[in-house]
Amino acid sequence: MTAELHEELTDPHADPHADQLDHGAASSRPLKSRISEPQPRGAKIRGNRPVDQSEAANRFMAATEHEAMHDARLWDLRQKRDKEMHGIEEWEELRNLASGIKEHTLSKLDYYLELFEKNATANGIKVHWAKDGAEHNAIVLEILRSKGVERLIKSKSMLTEECGFREFMAHNNVEVIETDLGERIQQLDDEAPSHVVVPAVHKLRTDVASVFAKTIGSDPDNADAHYLTECQREATRPLILSAQAGMTGGNFVVAETGTFVVCTNEGNADLSANTPPLHIASIGIEKLIPGLDDLAVFIRLLSRSALGSPITQYTSHFRGPREGGEMHVVLVDNGRSERLGMEKFWPGLKCIRCGACMNTCPVFRRSGGLSYGATYAGPIGLIIDPTFNVHKYRNLPYSSTMNGSCTNVCPVKINIHEQIADWRKTLAGDGEISPVKKVMMKAAGEVLASPVVYRASLPLGRSALRHLPHFMLYNKLNTWGRKRDIPETPKQTFNEWYRKNRKQQGEGEKS
Amino acid sequence: MKVGLFVPCYVDMFHPETGIATLELLERFGLSVEYPVDQTCCGQPMTNTGCEREAAKTEELFVRNFEKYDYVVTPSGSCTNQVRNNMTAIDQTDAVKHVRSRTYELVEFLHDVLKIDAFPWAEFPHRVALHNNCNTLRNLRIASMSERREESFSKPKALLKMVRGIEFADLTRPDECCGFGGTFSVFEEGVSAKMGQDKVTDQLKSGAEYVTSSDSSCMMHQEGCARRMGANLKYIHIAQILNGARA
Ligand code: SF4
Repeated sequence: MTAELHEELTDPHADPHADQLDHGAASSRPLKSRISEPQPRGAKIRGNRPVDQSEAANRFMAATEHEAMHDARLWDLRQKRDKEMHGIEEWEELRNLASGIKEHTLSKLDYYLELFEKNATANGIKVHWAKDGAEHNAIVLEILRSKGVERLIKSKSMLTEECGFREFMAHNNVEVIETDLGERIQQLDDEAPSHVVVPAVHKLRTDVASVFAKTIGSDPDNADAHYLTECQREATRPLILSAQAGMTGGNFVVAETGTFVVCTNEGNADLSANTPPLHIASIGIEKLIPGLDDLAVFIRLLSRSALGSPITQYTSHFRGPREGGEMHVVLVDNGRSERLGMEKFWPGLKCIRCGACMNTCPVFRRSGGLSYGATYAGPIGLIIDPTFNVHKYRNLPYSSTMNGSCTNVCPVKINIHEQIADWRKTLAGDGEISPVKKVMMKAAGEVLASPVVYRASLPLGRSALRHLPHFMLYNKLNTWGRKRDIPETPKQTFNEWYRKNRKQQGEGEKS
Repeated sequence: MKVGLFVPCYVDMFHPETGIATLELLERFGLSVEYPVDQTCCGQPMTNTGCEREAAKTEELFVRNFEKYDYVVTPSGSCTNQVRNNMTAIDQTDAVKHVRSRTYELVEFLHDVLKIDAFPWAEFPHRVALHNNCNTLRNLRIASMSERREESFSKPKALLKMVRGIEFADLTRPDECCGFGGTFSVFEEGVSAKMGQDKVTDQLKSGAEYVTSSDSSCMMHQEGCARRMGANLKYIHIAQILNGARA
């Protein structure tokens, strides 16, 4: 699913609490003329070394204009979502239904996948099965080669990000053109999407102006959204018209009808699917739902949760190739069936990629999606990225306050914050925890298990540092005091006060 | 009714006045309250970091200290959540189950168990912003949350409304996490501090003189940010207001 440009590029100087400007007003308002703040880049990837999300988050926050725009923009989506929610009396019931449908389908996934294959084949769709990203890429390449395709147009798909599809195609001399505007911006800037719904939401209009100036020759000083969109349209349309194949993802796959559904706001998936004679859809196996009645539940929830709009501009049903054309569906596992067998983490497969958990996440809003250094950012990323590579993404479950807002906006009721806690347990149990954390917690556990040791270790000296609780005390970096004052220490602890004033009533001293 | 008082480590060390107010307030309602002096912590820092094994002995100690009471009451929703919902590092004996099901956060204890309908001694003629700790809000369900479509309710507000002269200041993002997050405040210091600063800015804009909460930990973080920012805001635990503190 995609959003229009104005969803991504509003004025960072606007008061976030003021009434939002409408499309025209917001996107045409000139930016203050001065040197623009450079866009902070994402997490540093060093092979298989654990990604340091906080390092990248700190750089994002240091770019104050970017951070302020990003936070305000996504918070606005959250508020619009709330408004839509209040317009639907049966909202919580819908969430229950959606969650139940997904659970049911996942519990009988083999059955529904085969049913889909049978019905889709009857509709004239060619169904392929890929166990991982490499197999997916090879299957698609073979289809393209068989038709002599050199240029492929494509709409946004998180699955192809998982598969490293664009790089693979580049190596194999197939030109891939993204048709979603935000995704195209990211492609031209050689950056991954930072958000599942609004892939360039971390960019200011001035960032886009400079990307376009470098890549498609627009005026670097013109950051007007209409102008930029127009430039992009002019540059991309001819490529779209001359492409020999189109690729889409799929939001929902309907087993009973053998059809699949793609939801977008720009209609770009329809361009990708309908312009060339060959349409390939790459879809994760967890996207199955039983029937069209079930689909209705999800359609009501998806765009409301994602962007706070009642429905996406386009909800396109694909049921078979048009005359003389070909339609292929590649059903991809890529770790999903393994995840389905994980006792604590299988509910992540219910995800419909609406991005609501990202919009509401206070850490995500301040960090930017690229800080996670993974295909999936934000709350949903924290719980599914480690299933792809537990070592590389072992720090991500710590990039959360476990405040639980994500769990409660999630339209399919994934217990995200509980899974974050479970991941921390799993990681610590498997030795995938940073040595600093491990040492501190072991020390804290020993001190706190003994009243005598604990009391003896409490602050007596004058140094403010020594007054911090243990797990902070053991952190030599004193991160607490960088931007926060350390609390003043009172003359006596509660324990001391109690012993002095109430001891006779209490149970007396044992230690 | 025998009540055991649990005073979390932060409160013990930095805010003894909150512990005293909690004790005095419970005593005003005629309860016999004991504070087992050998208590330390609920195990949350370790559990929160995923180190369950390291939390086990602390949890055992907690249960030993509190198993003989009908209720365990504490001025912290976050610690209550740990005991009630996450104290799983140890064998779930009858004593453990008893303690886990009988541990209450102060506000819910006053509101749901004692069903208090007046605080005749309390008067607080100030503009106050209320902060709900996220565990207290979304796990203990002390108030309705903006994420869900549900009847609006707030147990802390219901109690505070019985305090003479109090006025409420409205935040623009009342349910937004302040960034404390336990060990998050140390391990992810940058984002934690930024969230704290944003929370303080929202509190300032609301025109509040005081911020109150049933959790000292969040307020310790917010106050630390506010002081560094030079913000003129005062932080006071809800137990103190309900116990009749006069600012
Ligand atoms: S986890 Fe839930 S809220 Fe987050 S993207 Fe998936 S469906 Fe949406």
